Amino acid sequence: MTDPITSAPLPDDAGAETVCVLRLYVAGTSPRSTTALANLRRLCEDNMHGRYELEVIDILEHPELAASDNVVAIPTLIRKLPPLLRKVIGDLSDTEQVLMGLELLPVGRKQPA
Amino acid sequence: MTATTAPGLSKAATGIAGLDELTRGGLPRGRPTLVCGDAGSGKTLLGMEFLVRGATQFDEPGVFVTFEEQTADLVANFRSLGFDVAALIAQGKLAVDHVHVERSEIAEVGDYDLEGLFVRLGHALDKIGAQRIVIDTLEALFAAFDNTNLLRAELRRLFRWLRQRGVTAVITGERGDGILTRHGIEEYVSDCVIVLDHRVVAQSATRRLRIAKYRGSAHDTGEFPFLIGERGISVLPITSLALAHEVSSERVSTGIARLDAMLAGGGYYRGSSILVTGTAGTGKSSVAACFVDAACRRGERALYVAFEESPSQIVRNMRSIGVDLGVWVDSGMLRFEAERSSTLGLELHLAKLHRAVDEYQPQVVVIDPVSNLDTVGSKLEVRAMLTRVIDFLKSRQITSLATSLAHAGDRGEAPEMTSVDISSLMDTWILLRNLEYGAERNRVVHLLKSRGMAHSNQVREFVMSDRGIDLTDVYVGGGGVLTGSARRELEAKEREAAVAHQQDLELRQRALARKRVVLDAQLSALRTTFEGEEEELGRLLSEHLQQASRMKGDHDVIAQLRGHDGVTSGGK
Repeated sequence: MTDPITSAPLPDDAGAETVCVLRLYVAGTSPRSTTALANLRRLCEDNMHGRYELEVIDILEHPELAASDNVVAIPTLIRKLPPLLRKVIGDLSDTEQVLMGLELLPVGRKQPA
Repeated sequence: MTATTAPGLSKAATGIAGLDELTRGGLPRGRPTLVCGDAGSGKTLLGMEFLVRGATQFDEPGVFVTFEEQTADLVANFRSLGFDVAALIAQGKLAVDHVHVERSEIAEVGDYDLEGLFVRLGHALDKIGAQRIVIDTLEALFAAFDNTNLLRAELRRLFRWLRQRGVTAVITGERGDGILTRHGIEEYVSDCVIVLDHRVVAQSATRRLRIAKYRGSAHDTGEFPFLIGERGISVLPITSLALAHEVSSERVSTGIARLDAMLAGGGYYRGSSILVTGTAGTGKSSVAACFVDAACRRGERALYVAFEESPSQIVRNMRSIGVDLGVWVDSGMLRFEAERSSTLGLELHLAKLHRAVDEYQPQVVVIDPVSNLDTVGSKLEVRAMLTRVIDFLKSRQITSLATSLAHAGDRGEAPEMTSVDISSLMDTWILLRNLEYGAERNRVVHLLKSRGMAHSNQVREFVMSDRGIDLTDVYVGGGGVLTGSARRELEAKEREAAVAHQQDLELRQRALARKRVVLDAQLSALRTTFEGEEEELGRLLSEHLQQASRMKGDHDVIAQLRGHDGVTSGGK
């Protein structure tokens, strides 16, 4: 039951282990940034354990990178892979909405079940 | 200048033609200025020109933050206006950051702020040491984010941040319905607000600029037309002239000797404005051509702005009255600027005139005819534009002659009613009229006014021939003013009457002479008779005397015979 559904939204996942490359932009250790990072870590572990890569970029340290990914809001979470760029902004407090925003929802819904 | 600006308010010159005059020096330094207008009103250009001129003329590098256009597009667009954005970027004098926010790609989950934008702006500013920044169009953010409350808080923070950074900022915003900007961002910008407007009147686009607000500084408050030309924006301020131009008392010939005579013997004042009005075919262009010809003969440069005829047509037509403008064109003394009035908006015409005058430096300008501008603007606008033209030309001591087509008589208006009511602006007003009488039309010229000189108040007939224009006296009699063949006919009649009178007199003289002959004859006859009678009488008398003496002799003889004793006894 789980397999057909997980493979449907992730067609690139042809048996490979890495399915999702995420990048989170934060600004130092601002409360929102800290909250977002904690929320994201939990979310990934819960839903995509071992099948994701997460890169955290502090724009205060690397301001030049903000332009390259067209970051305006902080925190910004970007799904680099699978293709079709998705962005979620905010402190990522609602796991389901984050997964929906990243279009990874089916995984999130089925995994805890 | 010092009195018009609050102390402590420093200004950053924009370098944009005319705008620094309107703002008395530029935009508030270190503060944000809001530039709002509809799509296509020139906001982006104004912003970019502010940065390009800042970087090239004032050594103030700048950052252009665009929400709408790709950097490559911007570079390409501004290259056509002569701004080499790419080179400035390469030299580190300009930085462009394209902030692309695609609503469909973004999901909002929880709280966020726009720190990313701040960091990017800060980074771009630091990288090139920018003192100027343009954010075009900030309101794009409202389309990108759902949380309007959060956005407003962040915008407020942004403007505070910009002030703290001390950069001179231009923020553009889309014009909203009844409000300055669609999302009311003017509430965050209290220092300076510039409104751009782009209206289409009679199929011609008209751009206008207005300074809605400038805290702590005097500024011009009207709407000022501006144009986007090959060298960016030019705003055309009107009030900077302030009617303070120098006047000359030097005279320049009209090119028509008799008209010079009517103008107190000297012609127009140098630097004055002349209006020539008249209905179609009254010879307005001919008056203009004579004026141009005279100017070129004096060695002055003339600019002929033609709205109706092509230069070659004008040259050809004027040859028919013995004025060869072609030689002046060839020698560079005369330049034509011909354009259908309807092809450009009023402002563009005005701007083209400014540029032509700047480039060519003429002493004489002819606009033929100004009334054609009616097609591209309302009466009020045309008048406003012409006021600017005239003021501008006067300020340069350029003598200007404008012709204007009048529709006199069509609706029973007086001929003095010009279609473009600009006569009050003009110093000298010449009215050309057609008088119809006896199946022909003849031209007459009136000098309705000429400021500052005792001009003739008489009507003259305006006669055009291949030897040029001549003015002749009109016949003024009991039947009114007569011109043309009616005048000639009447003059002929008068000549005939004089001849007839002369003949009559001669006849009478001859009759009298004859009478004198008769009289003389009679006199001599009478005298002859008289003499005859006198002669007769004389003869009778002498006869009588002879008889008497003879009788006496006889008597003496008788007496002797009778023995006269020597005593006269007397008696018989």
